[in-house]
Amino acid sequence: MKLVAIMLTTIFTQNFVLSKFLGICPFLGVSKKKDTAIGMSAAVIFVMLLATLVCYPLNVLLEKNGFEYLQTLVFILVIAALVQFVEIAMKKYMKPLYNSLGIFLPLITTNCAVLGIVTLNVQEGYNFIESMFNALGAGLGFMLAMIMFSGIRERMEGNDVPKFWQGLPITLVAAALVTCTFLGFTGVIENMFGA
Amino acid sequence: MAEAAKRSALGELTKGFVKENPVLRLVLGTCPTLAISTSVENAIGMGIAATLVLIMSNAVISALRKVIPSKVRVPCFIVVIAAFVSMIQLLVKAFAPALDAALGIYLPLIVVNCIILGRAEAFASKNGIGLSILDGVGMGIGFTVALTLMAIIREFFGSGNLTLKVLGFGTTLTDIFGLGDSNVLSAIHLEPIIVFILAPGGFFVFGLLVALVNKLTTKKGGDPAELNCCDVREDADGNLVLVSDGKTIVMPKVDTTPQVKKVEKAGKEAAEA
Repeated sequence: MKLVAIMLTTIFTQNFVLSKFLGICPFLGVSKKKDTAIGMSAAVIFVMLLATLVCYPLNVLLEKNGFEYLQTLVFILVIAALVQFVEIAMKKYMKPLYNSLGIFLPLITTNCAVLGIVTLNVQEGYNFIESMFNALGAGLGFMLAMIMFSGIRERMEGNDVPKFWQGLPITLVAAALVTCTFLGFTGVIENMFGA
Repeated sequence: MAEAAKRSALGELTKGFVKENPVLRLVLGTCPTLAISTSVENAIGMGIAATLVLIMSNAVISALRKVIPSKVRVPCFIVVIAAFVSMIQLLVKAFAPALDAALGIYLPLIVVNCIILGRAEAFASKNGIGLSILDGVGMGIGFTVALTLMAIIREFFGSGNLTLKVLGFGTTLTDIFGLGDSNVLSAIHLEPIIVFILAPGGFFVFGLLVALVNKLTTKKGGDPAELNCCDVREDADGNLVLVSDGKTIVMPKVDTTPQVKKVEKAGKEAAEA
């Protein structure tokens, strides 16, 4: 039950993009079209799960030896190396998958959502299974936000926007409205699970 | 000669303030900008922390620019930046625990702040140490100013108060007017607009400021601001162009049929070999 609560919380009430402001850059940049949005979010989910899988045992090792202060350094290095490795491997052995989501991997190395989920798991003191569910929820929440927002942006394309609001400013205002809808989830999960 | 050098040094310092403001013009570092700008005190704290990291990492990366092979430069930059972020993190934890609690997860996330990696890639890896430090100072101040500006708007309208504090020293607007637990807006019979300090207010105020700066710059013949940290565009040939941290990667248009054949062919060749 706790696992379901963790996942629903990261998808809805504590959505990574819309309430924690992590991964804003891809949220604004890659959401112009629905298919790129889906490809990017799939890549983010994949990397988040992989990063959690690798960083959790590493963190146990660090904490055992009293090297907690190296967490940030180790995590970002592992993520960067991992992403590069996955990109190379995918390009060589899984060409169709590379064409649909691998092309976004260069953008993910320095994505704050990935380092964010690993750091959050440590701060919350989650165990391995909880960490994985938290990562999955965060990724799915990112995907939900991306798909919703790309739909809105595709509709917005033909609209007559005032000159100085064209491009980024109107995108940000649209994002503000999407965020408003997610405010409605506040407290829902907490009340459902009594957490 | 000396005068020209001086002028360009001054230019590197001041360009980050307005003309190439990292937040409002280059649109880098959006995550901390939106997340931390709920109070002026936190915004200034975040600005100072990021500026210190930026100056030090710019200096070290510039000093090492001839040693670092260009193929592995990004991982090298990340190591340098992460080392300085860890130092700042420990310092803040030790000497400003309140700030540490307020910034929370966003303090270690300075590592992936696109401003720092973006400046390393676009400036420090190509220029001397002196100019890189000036660039770091200018960009850091530009970041802090933009963040503080957003925080002033959001905090004032969202809570009717301003925490005019730097690292715990200073005062608040309610203290200046002697209002106690009340706030400035309710003193003139208005209600604070709470949505301003919630998530939607962040996006809205940011959009407002970018539109305003766009208006000012296009009047002078500049281009409107474009996202620089993680953008996907399409060029004239239909290729995907990824823009990340000041560098662009062109992904050739995907043409699946011949590529599958190519892969099979390569596989066969590999098998034969």
